[in-house]
Amino acid sequence: MKKYLTQKIKKSERIDKLVEGLFANAPEIETDRAVLLTESYKQTEGEPIITRRAKAFYHILKNIPVTIRPHELIVGSATKAPRSCQLFPEFSCEWLLGELDTIADRDADKFYVSEENKKIIRETYKYWIGKTTSDLASEFMSSEAKLAIEHNIFTPGNYFYNGIGHVTVNYGKVLKIGYKGIMEEAAAELARCDVGDANYVTKSHFLRAVILSCEAAILYAKRYSALAREMAAKESNPVRKAELEQIAKNCDRVPENGAQSFYEACQSFWFVQMLIQTESSGHSISPGRFDMYMYPYYEKDIKSGKLTIEQAQEYIDCLWVKLNDLSKARDAASAEGFAGYSMFQNLICGGQDSSGVDSTNDLSFMCIEASMHVFLPQPSLSIRVHSRTPQELMLKAAELTRTGIGLPAYYNDEVIIPQLISRGLKAEDARDYNIIGCVEPQKSGKTDGWHDAAFFNMLRPLELVFSNGMSNGEQISIKTGDVCDMQTFEEFYDAYKKQMDYMVKLMVNSDNAIDVAHSLRAPLPYLSSMIEDCIGRGKSAQEGGAIYNFTGPQGFGISNMADALYAVKKLVFDEKKFTMKQLKEALEHNFGKGAADEAVLTEKIVRELVKNGAKADEELVKRVYKEVSANTKGADSEYSKIHDMIESVNKFGNDIDEVDAFARDVAYTYTKPVEKYKNPRGGIYHAGLYPVSANVPLGKQTGATPDGRYAEMPIADGVSPAAGRDVQGPTAAANSVAKLDHFVASNGTLFNMKFHPSALAGQSGLESFVALVRGYFDQKGSHVQFNVVSRETLLDAQKHPEKYKSLVVRVAGYSALFTTLSRSLQDDIIRRTEQKKF
Amino acid sequence: MQNEINQTGRIFDIQRFSVHDGPGVRTIVFLKGCLLRCRWCCNPESQNYKIEQMAQPDGKTKTVGRDVTVGEVLAEVQKDALYYRRSGGGATLSGGECLCQADFAYALLKTFKENSINTAIETTLCADYDVIQRIIPYTDTFLVDVKHTNFEKHKEFTTRSNELMLENLRRLSKEGKHIIVRVPTIPTFNATVQEIRQIAQFVRSLETVKEMHLLPYHNFGSDKYKNLGRDYLMKDIQTPTDEHMQMLKEVVISEGIKCQIGG
Repeated sequence: MKKYLTQKIKKSERIDKLVEGLFANAPEIETDRAVLLTESYKQTEGEPIITRRAKAFYHILKNIPVTIRPHELIVGSATKAPRSCQLFPEFSCEWLLGELDTIADRDADKFYVSEENKKIIRETYKYWIGKTTSDLASEFMSSEAKLAIEHNIFTPGNYFYNGIGHVTVNYGKVLKIGYKGIMEEAAAELARCDVGDANYVTKSHFLRAVILSCEAAILYAKRYSALAREMAAKESNPVRKAELEQIAKNCDRVPENGAQSFYEACQSFWFVQMLIQTESSGHSISPGRFDMYMYPYYEKDIKSGKLTIEQAQEYIDCLWVKLNDLSKARDAASAEGFAGYSMFQNLICGGQDSSGVDSTNDLSFMCIEASMHVFLPQPSLSIRVHSRTPQELMLKAAELTRTGIGLPAYYNDEVIIPQLISRGLKAEDARDYNIIGCVEPQKSGKTDGWHDAAFFNMLRPLELVFSNGMSNGEQISIKTGDVCDMQTFEEFYDAYKKQMDYMVKLMVNSDNAIDVAHSLRAPLPYLSSMIEDCIGRGKSAQEGGAIYNFTGPQGFGISNMADALYAVKKLVFDEKKFTMKQLKEALEHNFGKGAADEAVLTEKIVRELVKNGAKADEELVKRVYKEVSANTKGADSEYSKIHDMIESVNKFGNDIDEVDAFARDVAYTYTKPVEKYKNPRGGIYHAGLYPVSANVPLGKQTGATPDGRYAEMPIADGVSPAAGRDVQGPTAAANSVAKLDHFVASNGTLFNMKFHPSALAGQSGLESFVALVRGYFDQKGSHVQFNVVSRETLLDAQKHPEKYKSLVVRVAGYSALFTTLSRSLQDDIIRRTEQKKF
Repeated sequence: MQNEINQTGRIFDIQRFSVHDGPGVRTIVFLKGCLLRCRWCCNPESQNYKIEQMAQPDGKTKTVGRDVTVGEVLAEVQKDALYYRRSGGGATLSGGECLCQADFAYALLKTFKENSINTAIETTLCADYDVIQRIIPYTDTFLVDVKHTNFEKHKEFTTRSNELMLENLRRLSKEGKHIIVRVPTIPTFNATVQEIRQIAQFVRSLETVKEMHLLPYHNFGSDKYKNLGRDYLMKDIQTPTDEHMQMLKEVVISEGIKCQIGG
């Protein structure tokens, strides 16, 4: 008998049908929630906000359409059509009014809106103008912070426009005692309160709001029970009829009561998961340690013979499909930063329990298996790794990595646990951490982590050093002096630190403004019923009810910054190859490249011309392009010489101690100032170092930088070396990244490595891959994920080798950097990838 | 010790995270210079001991070959020590023929071992046996190239007969070291059932060698010949098919030798 469930488990035929159903239609915007919310709000004007929120939640769940999709075993759909979305006008509304006619055709994350729904939205949204969280946040925010946002130094846009989310509630508690149990707790707390207590007025209203929200969830499940029964009565297929009858029984029992079987636990889990995303539009509602809180139900049913492994796998697979059924509409700019309809529902396997014992079990393996079966982006599957993680789990995870789906992400217990302890978590809570969204650790059910508080572009303050605080002709920051007068590197670096300090402070102001706005306009009683110690403290998580409170804004551009400062130090101050004035001019002229790209410039000019009445035809485009090319070709070669010199300086990501030590110090210019600040919920700020996908759109708003990056080009993602600058292979890149201080970035770091599937071929490939992860983690890296690239990527790499200088492929018995190979060999590898099947 | 650290030699590359030249994750140190001139050689820049210029696809030229000390190589190799420990990997000397620089190879292997690094060498054993004898205590795995059993054909395709190499392998096999025989499988040279069988039978006769790797011919080095201003004699040779390789593998297995395709 093997210790772990390493074998393949057969996929039920149902799963393919469910996935097919999921993609039958294009995603749509549905308006039921927005209409019901507005109806309720109109009836509760003048009541305490927490009461209004609970009443609105109840009204929505009582009336929103309920739908059971064909073949489903786990039910509960937020929308009539799969992968569609409801609307949340209480957070922001104006952007949608502006984008109603374009949202179906935009580049990223399209949503269809029927003409009828457009009418409903225009009508309903009238009520919300001036009443949203973003309206209030805007009132609270300082004018300096607004200016900095306008000039793209940082963006808190995510929470400005949407709910907060980014949380893992206490799922285990609902599975165990049901909402009935939670309502009893709230009622008992209410009974303990004395009407004369100072906080009685708010606490009593909060507790009643909790009870009403739980009632709403129970009511909603009962509606599914009734629907299932109704469908069963009409069903002629006896197998499906029995399934529907079982669904009816399940929804009758849970989530009202504690789950009695693994199947009920799955259904109960799902109601919690989807209803949190009905109460608020916050994303990254992360299931967390699913293999831990589901295990007792699994173990009991398997032992009693009531459940087979195949059945359990089918339920898990069904949940995986459901996790891909939820969606949300973001404004066009945010949609680019979070491209791919992603909901970032992070689910994590393995690791250690609160007493420090390895917690790997059958479900850890089955979760990985489910991702292979369903092969969709949700859940964002993660693996916790510690010194005693079984090799079997690592290899199973590596198999999933090899499929190229980009999952799972790997997290290092040996960094994250002490990191959380240093931020005030108890050891047993720290050991029980899970990941939220992308890379952010928290203790489930006790934390309001505000993990995605802002994107901070670390390159923009460097531009402010060169411009003495000006941006587009406007003084938006402090004056740190004329950069051309700076005599020493220390003086220059110090100016950068001052610009950073100032901008970090403004970012904190903007986050705090949004934070307070949410507590005043959108406290969440349902969510708060599952977060400790909201009931005891008698306030919502948004008002500081959670035990642990954080705000985690993330900086990005570490590797560009490290390369930039290192180049300035070497070339301007140490070797005096050129002066600061020359560098400044070269940057202003984009190293002689004119516009970042002739095509981009052409497009801009054509768009301007069309706006001014020119007719957009091929002839016009050709003419402009010719003109643009002629002008940029003649650009000054002196600037490109400076660029060449910068290129030849050592870069971060190649395991060169001097540069890497520099990068470590540069990261502190962001992480250290951030951790000085406190948030309105009684918690602290702590930094993350990752950009989601914002490094690309925000790169477009950043001029040329002294690391040799041209204007408008993407900024390096996370803590990864800048694209194409790490040329010594994966171990060298990993060693460089590990030399950053991951402990201080306790809101998470993100390291992205690119591989070709062939580099992971065979058992030895998998084992070497595991050794790579282990070796990186031995050196105290915090997170790593793998982008196993496709044939299409390789074709692109041939066209744009500069973007793929660090792409590893396996050649004949060895792995190599793709772009260093001869054309014929590259072609051969591309040819081989077409044949390679795993 | 002091002398070995300062011993210099000539290399043309150090490649990290190699996972197919010996056990686990390895760093390969490529020593420059070789006594053979195999027609199919995919690293022609490895053959001459002298430092050369090679044209690059981007029009620039690259200097191939540099002189380094053992200490410098050690520092580079140690950077991945954690990965070796996690995977049972280490450092591999390759070439060229690394035994051509006998003192340097010896100093490298000895120094690696003294620093707790697992060692392997990729070699044709084309050297005096005392050169081999010296490195035995410091070498964990020998990856030995056997290209053919026929002396004349070997000479025709590599410029040298292989009597010495086969004899050295026979002697080495008595030392109880871990040896893997690798066969570059080259159409028109040795890629027939009969020729591969003869190699397998020779390996079986050694008694202590249990494993063979068949490395299918590829023409990835062909561009390099052009870049070095040399002629590539194998232009018209086709890569063996997967089916053919599979068949040759079965032949080796039928002789009682464990076999895999590729390193």
